[in-house]
Amino acid sequence: MQLINPGLGLIFWMTLTFLLVLWVLGKYAWPAILKGLKEREESIQESLDAAKKAREQMAQLKADNEKLIAEAKEERDEILVEARKIKEKIIEEARGKAAIEADKIVESAREQIKLEKNAAIIELKNIVADYSIQIAEKILREELKDKKKQKEYVSSLLKEFSLN
Amino acid sequence: MTNKNIVSKSVIALLVLFLSFGFVLNAHASEENLIKHNKELKEKETEQESMDVGKLIIHHVSDGYEFHIFSVGKYHLTVPLPVILYDKGKWISFWSSEFHHHHGFYKGYYIAEDGMNAGKIVRKGPDGKETLPKYDLSITKTVFTLWVNSIILLIIVFITARSFKKRKGKAPKGVQSLMEPLIIFIRDEVALSSIGEKHYLKYTPYLLTLFFFILLNNLMGIIPFFPWGVGVDGNIGITAVMAVFTFIITTVSGNKHYWKDIFNTPGVPWWLKFPIPLMPIVEVMGMFTKPIVLAIRLFANMIAGHAVVLGFVALIFIFGKIGVGVGYGVSVVSVLFSVFLDILEVLISFIQAYVFVILSALYFGMAVEESH
Repeated sequence: MQLINPGLGLIFWMTLTFLLVLWVLGKYAWPAILKGLKEREESIQESLDAAKKAREQMAQLKADNEKLIAEAKEERDEILVEARKIKEKIIEEARGKAAIEADKIVESAREQIKLEKNAAIIELKNIVADYSIQIAEKILREELKDKKKQKEYVSSLLKEFSLN
Repeated sequence: MTNKNIVSKSVIALLVLFLSFGFVLNAHASEENLIKHNKELKEKETEQESMDVGKLIIHHVSDGYEFHIFSVGKYHLTVPLPVILYDKGKWISFWSSEFHHHHGFYKGYYIAEDGMNAGKIVRKGPDGKETLPKYDLSITKTVFTLWVNSIILLIIVFITARSFKKRKGKAPKGVQSLMEPLIIFIRDEVALSSIGEKHYLKYTPYLLTLFFFILLNNLMGIIPFFPWGVGVDGNIGITAVMAVFTFIITTVSGNKHYWKDIFNTPGVPWWLKFPIPLMPIVEVMGMFTKPIVLAIRLFANMIAGHAVVLGFVALIFIFGKIGVGVGYGVSVVSVLFSVFLDILEVLISFIQAYVFVILSALYFGMAVEESH
């Protein structure tokens, strides 16, 4: 009977004690503990997430780097090819230009020469003509020194005409 | 890691062994006193030489007004506890040791030997019958141990709470790492899974308090020395109070759906509700049987372990009566069985604390469940 017939005092003290313990812990201990637990769980989750993100970023970065390097290589090759082309083109152009220039120079030289030659010819002609006139003058003067000879000559000339 | 495991395991094993041994010793000590007491009693009456094992066990697992530690010959070492009575319109307060100074009586009050009020303070009424004082608010040994355990509980939990504040953002350490898995278990596996995401945080502090309160009282109940040696949870008064708390919280938080399930249970033929409201009656009874069963389950489980350990110890003395050698022989077996039972009690302490809390959580879950 004793076992299932607890004293009123015990129930009273138990109720009081339990309420007190419940209140004190419920107000001052459990909220702090639950908050601490939650915070830590969150921080662990965040750390894990951050680590995962960092790993992903690293992978991304690495991929990016590789891509960048590949691109750079490609670009370098392209540049090299281009440069070679340009070089050849420049050489080609230079060569063409040089040829044209040379042609021009030769042409102009030829022109010059021609002009010089013509001038020389003209001058020579003039000189020759001058000389011819002078000689002719001198000859004529010599020839026509006396009147008799003049007459003779005129008459011979006339004779010639009349023959025609 | 493994090294630490082994160390902690052996420490626990040693502790359990020590505790059980202590229990046996303690039981032994008080035993002798009781046997003597009984002997004198019986000699006076019938001169029979047997001991009442049932009475002995009941005496050990029941509440008492004083803490009996040990007896050597005629000397009894007891810790007196205050007796507080309210009777005949006034408060009466004295130490329980007064009973011995006055040959069991103090101002007409004495502890009843048997009957309805066995073990309680009574007085002779005008009609010659034993009557209880109006209120008996004595600090009995259960109350005393309850307070000791409550203080230990407060200290442990506050150390944990402080660790959380002090060691913010750091790994748990010491008491904190002992408590943390249990707290997380109660929060996630008990509160969250039984009550649901929406309401569980409101009930978690109560469930945590309940769990650690029961667990600590269960575990401390295994220790046989002062200020323990009292199975606090092996007292129906203690478990009933906790069950009533669960009942009140369940009833107060019951929503429309909960009450509808009780008074107009869905999925039941109408003739079970009208004209004779059979189902409502059954459901309303269920509301009350749930906490009653909660209280009795914990109480019975905790008292059974103690009773069986005491039984094994009593065996030593029963056989000791046949012959001293037989008694020593039996003591080996008895001690081994007591050790086994005490280890089992550690397990039961956890299981019963868990069962009480998970059922409370399930009732709260039913009370706040939304209709689907």
